[in-house]
Amino acid sequence: MELLEVKNLSKHYKSFDLKNISFTLPKGYIMGYVGANGSGKTTTLNLITGMVKCTEGEVYIDGLSCGEDMRAYKEKIGYVGDESYFPEHFKIRHIRTALKDFYPTFSTDRFNGFIRKWKLPEKKSVKDFSRGMKVMLMFASVLARDTKLLVLDEATNGLDPVMRTEILKLLQEYVMDGERSVIFSTHILSDLENIADYIYFIHGGRTVLYDAKDELIENFLLVKGESAKIPPALKKELIGLEEKTYGFEAILPSDKAELLGNAFLFEKPTIDQIVIHYIKSREEQ
Amino acid sequence: MKIIISNQSELPIYAQIREQLKEQILNGQIPEGETLPSIRQLAKEVGVSVITTTRAYSELEAEGFVATMQGKGSVVLPRDNNLLREQYLLRIEEGLSTAIETAKTIGMSKGELTDIFHNLLET
Repeated sequence: MELLEVKNLSKHYKSFDLKNISFTLPKGYIMGYVGANGSGKTTTLNLITGMVKCTEGEVYIDGLSCGEDMRAYKEKIGYVGDESYFPEHFKIRHIRTALKDFYPTFSTDRFNGFIRKWKLPEKKSVKDFSRGMKVMLMFASVLARDTKLLVLDEATNGLDPVMRTEILKLLQEYVMDGERSVIFSTHILSDLENIADYIYFIHGGRTVLYDAKDELIENFLLVKGESAKIPPALKKELIGLEEKTYGFEAILPSDKAELLGNAFLFEKPTIDQIVIHYIKSREEQ
Repeated sequence: MKIIISNQSELPIYAQIREQLKEQILNGQIPEGETLPSIRQLAKEVGVSVITTTRAYSELEAEGFVATMQGKGSVVLPRDNNLLREQYLLRIEEGLSTAIETAKTIGMSKGELTDIFHNLLET
């Protein structure tokens, strides 16, 4: 069963076009939406949450399109961005009241539980919260509701490793019952790579790669060696060839591995490495 | 039961999980009849994706180490001694093949190689 269906999503701006984004995310799975800054990640997520209207295409969450019933649609989504969306002078008690009035499924008990667990200060205003505290406050406010889809836009940026690990666990707990899904955007996956089931990679508003993460990693090799030794047949197939003083690094589709012979070192790439070399190859075109 | 994932390993994560579980089933650390944690539970505990653990489990099932039963999860099957022997045979062959390949790269003769083999057997 699909939880999120995105069909031919396009958005036209004067200086930027997002074109034909299509994917599905089944119930109980996590998708990493990756790309460089300005590639269209935030635009896509804003179209999914209904914050921005699309020029073309459709989005369904749990079978519901945002055109049918905007309120019910938004009720299914928990959104955490890279900047706090709470009024700066609010304290936790103000936020609690506002959320309770606004969202029918908001649970005060659950919210208070998270506030205690993450030791968020009840007496301070949001403006005096650290970056990490603001992020955890946003997580507390969305996890206190009965949502179906978590949409995270660069939510882990600037967090320390301990907090990132905490969020990783939160996301895995969220999808644990097999009924809810997560889509998160990031320009660098690093530790998030392990928990992502699917990867959607865009550049310049266009789809570059979309597959199960394990497949992507198997479909490519990270190749290193001496630039002078690259035969022409291999050079044609290398993606994002980066020549450095003492050697080169590039990505190669695994089905072209026979071109390598014994002259090169190759290893399993990370998704970040695939992304970096693809971006390099796209920018050279 | 223990699973340790290395990001440095050349083995994909699903294969690391599969191999470690297999090893523990073969040496009896995970006994016959034991129910493995659910796919989602294991994914969360190990910190890997659900697709990854799903693949590890389905390969263990295909190789006859576990059986997935509706509502009960994945249960460790009785150890089959032939299967065990086959597994080890495969490993021995792999090890020897590596040695042969290495010998070929320096142009070592069959005689020299078998001499080394016999010498090692004696020690």
